[in-house]
Amino acid sequence: MGIRILKGGMLTTVQDLGRTGYQSQGFGVTGVMDVRSFKIANLLLDNPENEPVLEATLIGPKLEFTSATIIAITGADMQPTVNKKSVPMYTALYMNKGDILQLNSARSGSRSYIAFSSYLDIPVVMGSRSTNCRSHIGGFKGRKLKEEDYIGFRIKRRYLPYFLSRKLELQEFEQESAVLRVVMGPQDSHFTKQGIQTFLTSEYTVTSEFDRMGCRLEGPFIAYKDSADIISDGITFGAVQVPSHGKPIILLSDRQTTGGYAKIGVVATVDIPKLVQRKTDHKIRFQEISVQEAQRLLMEEMREMDDLRKIIHKPCKEVLDSRLVAKRLGTLFE
Amino acid sequence: MDEIKILTAGDSAILLEFPQKITPAINQRITAVMQLMREQHIEGVVDVIPAFCSLLVNYDPRIISYEEITERMHQLLKIEISAGEDRKRIIEIPVCYGGVYGPDMETVARLAKMTPEQVIELHSSRDYLIYMLGFLPGFSYLGGLDERLHTPRLANPRIKISAGSVGIGGSQTGIYPLDSPGGWQLIGMTPVKTYDPGREVPILFEAGDYIRFVPVTEKEYFRIKELVDQEQYECTIHKGGA
Repeated sequence: MGIRILKGGMLTTVQDLGRTGYQSQGFGVTGVMDVRSFKIANLLLDNPENEPVLEATLIGPKLEFTSATIIAITGADMQPTVNKKSVPMYTALYMNKGDILQLNSARSGSRSYIAFSSYLDIPVVMGSRSTNCRSHIGGFKGRKLKEEDYIGFRIKRRYLPYFLSRKLELQEFEQESAVLRVVMGPQDSHFTKQGIQTFLTSEYTVTSEFDRMGCRLEGPFIAYKDSADIISDGITFGAVQVPSHGKPIILLSDRQTTGGYAKIGVVATVDIPKLVQRKTDHKIRFQEISVQEAQRLLMEEMREMDDLRKIIHKPCKEVLDSRLVAKRLGTLFE
Repeated sequence: MDEIKILTAGDSAILLEFPQKITPAINQRITAVMQLMREQHIEGVVDVIPAFCSLLVNYDPRIISYEEITERMHQLLKIEISAGEDRKRIIEIPVCYGGVYGPDMETVARLAKMTPEQVIELHSSRDYLIYMLGFLPGFSYLGGLDERLHTPRLANPRIKISAGSVGIGGSQTGIYPLDSPGGWQLIGMTPVKTYDPGREVPILFEAGDYIRFVPVTEKEYFRIKELVDQEQYECTIHKGGA
């Protein structure tokens, strides 16, 4: 019982919140790029917060289910189909044995997440199930998924209460520009006043050099004082480093633990999903916020997740309408 | 010690910035602060990244706020910490030098105007401080290589260097923790797995530890390798600077 991979898509990997605790030894965190979509996918199925999912990039995978389970798809809209029929995103979906789920090319956004109620059977390596492609460990054999791979399930879990309520509003990533809020530092003092001004007032363009490691931007030169080089120090998720070419590079899930370029700021945690769902040629602007404000936004998001949980745990109106129930249940017996 | 700055690194990390110089004294201070943090079990701290002259502290702002963590760090930095001779750990790494194990030994010896025996003697006669780990899992940046052994990197890097290779690259020496491309001059090989993701302690050492290379014969190399394969080998560790 599990899933067979019929097509791997462009880059589909097993990810959870990442492998923390080993960065002092040079071990990257990896983990999902869009933590928000990841959390909502698991939330829709009442999964534990750190349950691993499949992260698909730009062109999704094609999977065959070898046993029944429940899934939820969030993040980029890859126009998912089950047995060639369109299915909704941000909704708990029953999958039967033999069903074929296909994620196509991303219509909006760039990364989709598929969560499973039966939990993917992936071994824990150093506290995480995330794939670290550079070190070839974790996830499925330390690599991206490809044709003929098979991942089993850890448990049988084919029933969830309030099933019909388990749908949430789609998150749209359609807009082609985004404002990313940034906490300045730790090395903003390495840049000139004008350089900082440029950074905070210019429009930057996402280049094609955008992967799980980082996102290179094109745009006005950010001027530094003496040198953009520093003695290598630790790097955090969302750090905006500016090498001597003066263009920002935002470091993401597969970043190295340390680096030798000055970091002008760090993208607020709540805004990283907005960034990682961008595509090449999309526009980005930066806006300065205080660390206190960034943390307040994070707490707000946590409360929002609690609210979402309440929504999916309420009996829905449709339950009172027997025709609608019959219609949705009917799909199970087709 | 000179002033230490606490800098903001986003909403989930702070950076303790020590004087920006690469010296053993500063690095030992960082190690001491890291150990103190570990002993104090500060709730909400999820990971730390020590580097040459800084310490990045990753925390979960849902558990501890920016103000709280900053205050805790200020208090912690006030505590007088000895450089920690008693905490000093020296890890012995057996190395089979030269021959097929160190294909660049002749080059290194020639450039240093020494015999390979003298290179081995010099390379294994001192303990190297691990300033930090990075680049690859378990890749250690070691300080203290004798100037006479400084050797330029290969003009044409190798596509694959086997895990366990011991090399010299410019003013640095070190061990490749896993198979990887690289441009260092290879002088030997250790049978010890410095990195093994399946092991309880995946990486043998951490920043602040010292490495002592111990020359072994080919026969000894194979004896140790066999024990390593059976998971029965443990590196000799000297504590307290002994």
